[in-house]
Amino acid sequence: MIQQTVRDLARDKIAPRAAEIDRTGEFPWDVVDLFRKHDLFALPFPPEYGGLSGSALTLNLAIEEVAKACATSALILAVQALGAYPIMLAGSAEQKQRLLPDLASGKKLAAYALTEPGAGSDPAAMETRAELHDGEYVITGSKIWITDGGVADTIVIFAKTNPKERAKGVSAFVMEDAQSLKGFEANTIHGKLGIRGSNTAELRLDEVVVPAANRLGKEGEGFSIAMRVLDRSRPGVAAQAIGIAQGALDYAVGYAKERKQFGKAIGEFQGIQFMIADMEAQTAAARAMVYWASQLIDDHSPDVTHHAAIAKLLAGDAAMKVTTDAVQILGGYGYVNEYPVERMMRDAKITQIYEGTNQIQRVVIARDLLRA
Amino acid sequence: MSTEAVTAPALRHRITAFVRDFVLPNAPAMARGAGPQPKHVVEAAGEAGLAGILTPVRFGGAGGSHLDFVDFIEAVAAADASTSVILDVHVSVGTEPIIEFGTDDQKTRYLPRLASGELLAAFALTEPAGGSDAASLQTRAIHDGDEYVITGTKTFITSAGAADLYIVLARTGPGTRGISAFLVESGWRGVSAGQPFEKLGLHGSWTGELVLDSVRVPAANRLGREGAGFGAAMSALDSGRVGISAQAVGIAQGALDAAVAASRARRAAGRDVDEVALADMEAATMAARALTRHTAAMVDAAQPATLDASVAKLYATDACVAVAHAAVQICAPESTSEMHPASIRLRDAKASQIYEGTNQIQRVIIARELLR
Repeated sequence: MIQQTVRDLARDKIAPRAAEIDRTGEFPWDVVDLFRKHDLFALPFPPEYGGLSGSALTLNLAIEEVAKACATSALILAVQALGAYPIMLAGSAEQKQRLLPDLASGKKLAAYALTEPGAGSDPAAMETRAELHDGEYVITGSKIWITDGGVADTIVIFAKTNPKERAKGVSAFVMEDAQSLKGFEANTIHGKLGIRGSNTAELRLDEVVVPAANRLGKEGEGFSIAMRVLDRSRPGVAAQAIGIAQGALDYAVGYAKERKQFGKAIGEFQGIQFMIADMEAQTAAARAMVYWASQLIDDHSPDVTHHAAIAKLLAGDAAMKVTTDAVQILGGYGYVNEYPVERMMRDAKITQIYEGTNQIQRVVIARDLLRA
Repeated sequence: MSTEAVTAPALRHRITAFVRDFVLPNAPAMARGAGPQPKHVVEAAGEAGLAGILTPVRFGGAGGSHLDFVDFIEAVAAADASTSVILDVHVSVGTEPIIEFGTDDQKTRYLPRLASGELLAAFALTEPAGGSDAASLQTRAIHDGDEYVITGTKTFITSAGAADLYIVLARTGPGTRGISAFLVESGWRGVSAGQPFEKLGLHGSWTGELVLDSVRVPAANRLGREGAGFGAAMSALDSGRVGISAQAVGIAQGALDAAVAASRARRAAGRDVDEVALADMEAATMAARALTRHTAAMVDAAQPATLDASVAKLYATDACVAVAHAAVQICAPESTSEMHPASIRLRDAKASQIYEGTNQIQRVIIARELLR
């Protein structure tokens, strides 16, 4: 039901905007309004906080549908969930009641600030400090590659409350109305290869004050919160990736039916057929894995970490391969921005990088296997 | 006898016990071609209550679903692929067409004996001149009174020479609508089988020629309407491909388990481990499993599954060869021994890219479905 609604919305309202969003690189506030109007931000939230379902599977179906048309727009949905998950997972009843309804309605946008210039795949090496003074935390440091960091109101930030420790020294905090906080500065990063309309920012925090009431969980629990969030958000990024792959595959199939060479449609040549079949198989396999991982989240299964990492790895790699092959099937037309597949190829690349690079996913998966 | 289908947990218990008590102890001998003969395999599966896992309870089967069936085949294949191919053919293409298209009389005569393991079933479609192009088959069935007289040669028939009952596809007229299916007993005059071929792998299963020389088959043993044989065969192959996918997942898992064990030993000895290869093997195996289970669920829900079954077969069998190959590399140099678990898997895996429709034919099927 929701899948069909989102599919129609993506086709009718978002697909026509996708090329322009990519060309201008401007954050698509009209898409945010569209999501608000159709209550799509509510998907990851449970009903008691103004949400619709709270189901990861439902959310990820929606992300996939939007990503078929526009990866930038899909990321807006995914990041709203990413920024809200720490609160849902570790927030007190009071924090959830106070913070979640505005995120579920989309009145406020959320972001998740973990990565630092010197702490990417190794987040426990982070240097941002949070010091407790008279019931308030004073946070100083910098974060980078923060999606929606320059537009979000509610930003969950991870900082060391004990700099002598690695993972155990990390705590999580919620910055409300972040853009207007004293000492907070967000610099939007321009010149990205893909997802160009998405807001990606560098955050600088110079003695930003956050009330102790906005610490999520106990001091030192931040790293565990961050990792549990990634278990949930990786299938979301994977859903974005299979949406990008499916969008490119659909376009390539349509083209192969229409484009005639040597007196017949190029789809009648086995060389093209085999490419299309392999694109379908990789996309379908990644999709089956994404749905499986999403279902495990909804079932509160302990196997989520492993399955989520596999879903992310396969979906990102499939998106890159399938979009590259789609460009190939379109030939010269695939290489120019009059057609959408070169954008899809550029958009696909980030899905192998963020939410843990695919190299890190392999480490996560292999360590699980090798644990005796 | 109970009329209730065996519950899924009870079936899982039967499967675990059968693998532990029968398949695993015989696996090394099977891999040398010196294990129990196919007839003995199906008898043992019958005693375990698994030879008719898909057969309705009122005909002596377990009344299981296709999800149960893929669990069964995967678990057996992880221990020994030869045993799994014997049982997969018996249960899917050997028995299912009777369940689906048989008359009450045919069901009553054959299904209980197939489910108990008294009879071993086989499926005879392929001919020397008709492999991927199954519709070109030349075996003829001439209507003569209450009988058909069948003459022709079938090849690459799993369990040829061991089976008691063959589902034989033969021509009763021109074109694909001129193909009919017959239930042919091995003891009838004119039925003979050649010596089993010497194969690259699957040494415990028999593969060979089936020769039909003026075999008189009662009209009561025609399966389905005259001319409906090709449709029945294609329908059987949809489900058969799900079984082959499950077998591929099992082989991949067996190879991966060997690679993980070898890697743990290397690490314990302070040597480097190829984590990247292990992660990719795990990801491919898991995605193949997800696709296989997804397709089995579609078959159970009576949804059209031709595309999904082809996608699962293509992905799972390509994955299984890649995983087995990587396992041989990881387990080197011990794996260069022909009886090493990884090298056995590599030999056994290769057939899965070829039978039940080569992977090249799967790509054609998939591309045609998408390009329609």
